Amino acid sequence: LTGRNLWQMHLLRPGRISPTELCRKCLNRIRKTQHLNAYITVTEERALEQAQQAERRLQRGVPKGPLDGIPFAVKDNFCTENIRTTCASRMLKDYTPPYNATVVQKLLDQGAVLMGKTNMDEFAMGAGSTDGAFGAVKNPWGYAAPYGERTRADPDSDWVVTGGSSGGSAAAVASLTSYLALGSDTGGSTRNPGSLCGVVALKPTYGLLSRHGLIPLVNSMDVPGIMTRSVNDAAIVLGILQGLDVRDSTTVPAPSSLTELPEDFDVKNICVGIPKEYHAPGLSEETLAQWSRVADLFEEAGARVEQVSLPHTQYSIVCYHVLCHAEVASNMARFDGLEYGHRSQMDSSTEVMYASTRHEGFNDVVRGRILSGNYFLLKRNYQHYFVKAQKVRRLITNDFQHVFSSGVDVLLTPTTLTDAARYRDFTQEDNRTRSAQEDVFTQPANMAGLPAVSVPTALSRRGLPIGLQLIAPALQDQTLLSVAQWIEQRVGFPSIVSTQMLSSLDLLQSLSEGFHIISI
Amino acid sequence: MFFQLVGVVGLEIHAQINSSTKLFSGAPVRFSAPPNSLVSFFDASLPGTLPVLNKRCVEAAVMTGLALNCAINRKSLFDRKHYFYADLPAGYQITQQRLPIAVDGVLTYSLLGGKKRNQVMRKNVTIKQIQLEQDSGKSLHDDVRSQTLIDLNRAGVGLMELVMEPDMSCGEEAAAAVRELQLILQALGTCQGNMSEGQLRVDANVSVHRPGEPLGVRTEVKNINSIRYLARAIDYEIQRQIDVLQRGGTVQNETRAYDSKSGETLPMRDKEGLQDYRFMPEPNLPPLILYEDNASLPTGIDACQVVVVQKIKEGLPELPSVKRDRLVQTYGILPEHSFTLVNEDGLVDYFEAVLKTTKKEPRKVIGWVTNELLGHLKQEDMSVCQSPISPSALAELLELQETGHISSSVAKQVFQKMWRSPGKTALQITQEQDLGLVSDTAQLHSICQKVVDSSGNKKVLNKLMGLVQKETKGRADPVLVRAILQKKTS
Repeated sequence: LTGRNLWQMHLLRPGRISPTELCRKCLNRIRKTQHLNAYITVTEERALEQAQQAERRLQRGVPKGPLDGIPFAVKDNFCTENIRTTCASRMLKDYTPPYNATVVQKLLDQGAVLMGKTNMDEFAMGAGSTDGAFGAVKNPWGYAAPYGERTRADPDSDWVVTGGSSGGSAAAVASLTSYLALGSDTGGSTRNPGSLCGVVALKPTYGLLSRHGLIPLVNSMDVPGIMTRSVNDAAIVLGILQGLDVRDSTTVPAPSSLTELPEDFDVKNICVGIPKEYHAPGLSEETLAQWSRVADLFEEAGARVEQVSLPHTQYSIVCYHVLCHAEVASNMARFDGLEYGHRSQMDSSTEVMYASTRHEGFNDVVRGRILSGNYFLLKRNYQHYFVKAQKVRRLITNDFQHVFSSGVDVLLTPTTLTDAARYRDFTQEDNRTRSAQEDVFTQPANMAGLPAVSVPTALSRRGLPIGLQLIAPALQDQTLLSVAQWIEQRVGFPSIVSTQMLSSLDLLQSLSEGFHIISI
Repeated sequence: MFFQLVGVVGLEIHAQINSSTKLFSGAPVRFSAPPNSLVSFFDASLPGTLPVLNKRCVEAAVMTGLALNCAINRKSLFDRKHYFYADLPAGYQITQQRLPIAVDGVLTYSLLGGKKRNQVMRKNVTIKQIQLEQDSGKSLHDDVRSQTLIDLNRAGVGLMELVMEPDMSCGEEAAAAVRELQLILQALGTCQGNMSEGQLRVDANVSVHRPGEPLGVRTEVKNINSIRYLARAIDYEIQRQIDVLQRGGTVQNETRAYDSKSGETLPMRDKEGLQDYRFMPEPNLPPLILYEDNASLPTGIDACQVVVVQKIKEGLPELPSVKRDRLVQTYGILPEHSFTLVNEDGLVDYFEAVLKTTKKEPRKVIGWVTNELLGHLKQEDMSVCQSPISPSALAELLELQETGHISSSVAKQVFQKMWRSPGKTALQITQEQDLGLVSDTAQLHSICQKVVDSSGNKKVLNKLMGLVQKETKGRADPVLVRAILQKKTS
């Protein structure tokens, strides 16, 4: 029962909540949590229509699958047909794509109900979800009882960031307005906010999920990310979304159709690696303590737990930045105001129009990366920066391969350095500095294309979530999630429950089943 | 020893691939469609769209590479070439800069040279490489309304860029090389090769130097819309550079546009210094892997998902050079005739059709086709398929001549009349205008007698023959006339 999530309980039992009722409750919740600024666009009418269709199917006994009627949210850098898609940028403020991203289409085909497009850092550049054209996203845990009680903070002036860049998606799942959300992960943009918002955040193997329709940041590292409230939910969604897409030439066939995760995964057969280079400066005491705690849990259960080395880790973040900026400069070249998006009024010549459109449309984070990216790509610099970074990228990938081929099945690391920062503290440093600091544990997996997942393990002294990360070899996403579920089953992370969503009977039942109740 | 300045010419050729859809998207490829009606989301650079490689375009590049004796790279890579221009929606072009699909080929072409321009001279030009890349859209400048109109129909169409090394020395050579390339591409079906429709675009790199000395500064000549203009533009540019140097000046490294009206090359607008294209690997396209043969395919790979070089090699059609040799062998015609036949669209088919319906020897037919027919077509700027005289009609005319019904000079007259009255057969015209050869001995005797009597003392045989032919309007059988006159004047 502890492996099940609450929505499964709702929908499977007769007389429980119907899709339209669930949809209305979620829409209501979105209205009540507007202060979180998690959504850029709420697709209210469409959601109700979809919910009604799901309801009809359920009544006839022909649900499309486990996600039929389930509310979901999508980060605003995924194209949604006829629904505004902004990437939290003035450049695409009023842009409406004529097609759905493949992963969005797959969810819609399963009957899932789209609640809206979530807020983010502009064009996915950032680690706080604070630098978007529609304002910052607020962490729902900053408004929950533990934070308030333990820090005596005023939630409105001491509000806490979600992390980024998929902060809106993480907040949506954490605040119960959606049961699953899509994010994107290029250097940790799904795992980072997932960890800070206490939800499960999966970055699948590169190429397993189609990027068709995901407005790119770094084509060679981007993956669609999955955020859910339990590991099992993430596995279900992965099974639906994975697979070859002819429209994305970088996709690979799924290794096997994902079957259900084993109920009782036996860790005696596995070896967990602890990379020593991940004891990074700035790692909080509490996060370190959680890391040790879970490592001990593995050891006590009979798993082999070993210290390993990934010697090139220290170079990873720098190389990531060089390659990221270079690709950004290239990917942003299409935003010129000519075919779509914002177009400047200054049009005395094509050059003037291009320059002013791009100046007006992009924030300074985006512009900064374009400038440095173009610098790295200059003929005279290319070998020295871009090619060098690619070579080091190969070394980083080799580090992982070496460790995984010497008997290690998964790596256990922190996801973030600390729990979520207050906005006023977070913004003391600029976007570039924060990104460099916060992505330390997450971006190597993107450099190597490996699957990684963040699992919430405990609340910090401040009452905010701490998560740990698992990294597995390429295409071992199922193993990764099996191990993640094992952790989830044993750490007792409090479940967020909305007192409005459940009847008092359910509330009592949940309490008796060992769920900790946090109300938001 | 003092050497004269000579020209050095290299060519950069963009050949539009003859495929039904574009290089990386499923939008159709068509000439002259309504503006922006053949544009997919990817072609318009809508965010989130990705390139998907067109198999037919890869096959076309391999075919072309094989036909030009290139080494086909089993692995080739795609890159982004960045620059901002209104007809380039993504702000970059996908091309193959690092590792193109084919390299190190040779194009053999022929020139008709010598005093009588009937000697076939064979020359070679090295093909440095062939790369696949996207075409750009088109921009039209409307100065009246101070606006630029962009049509993206052409954006993303597949191109093969062929780079020819500077092995040529003048306009005639370049023109002949391009002509041969055109014939090859058309025979392969990989490009329709029409320069005026932009299917084949040629830029010339021209410099001058003294043989033995290093190459001179080169200029790039663009805006050349036909093979004829190509030759003229190059020759003009070579002469211009020679003039500059002989005046003591220096040649600038610049881009010049050919102006067909004046016949000159003029400097194009300065490109604000050297462009840095910031080349970067295209991250959305894995390396393109080609397989040698079916045996080398990895297990589990679907044969229709890959390009196998052996299969393409086996499927190559007959190339122009092979065709020329075959015609010489089969019909015993001269190489320069074969050259002319293959050079003209549809002429080989015409020739062979005539041969089917006449007993006349090919060597006797060829002159009619390459001189009479082609001459008339050229005069009126017509193509072979527009000829008012069909192969069977010509064959009939030749039969009449062969069987002695008309003389050779009359045959030429009848040809002209047939040309002007399409539909009328040679026989009809001959009968209507009473052009048949006069073989009636009695009639000939009397005419000859008449001529001999009125010719005075001097009895030069050829003159007498000429007079008889004049009298008979060329219809007298010359063999008989000669015999009769000889008797009468002996």
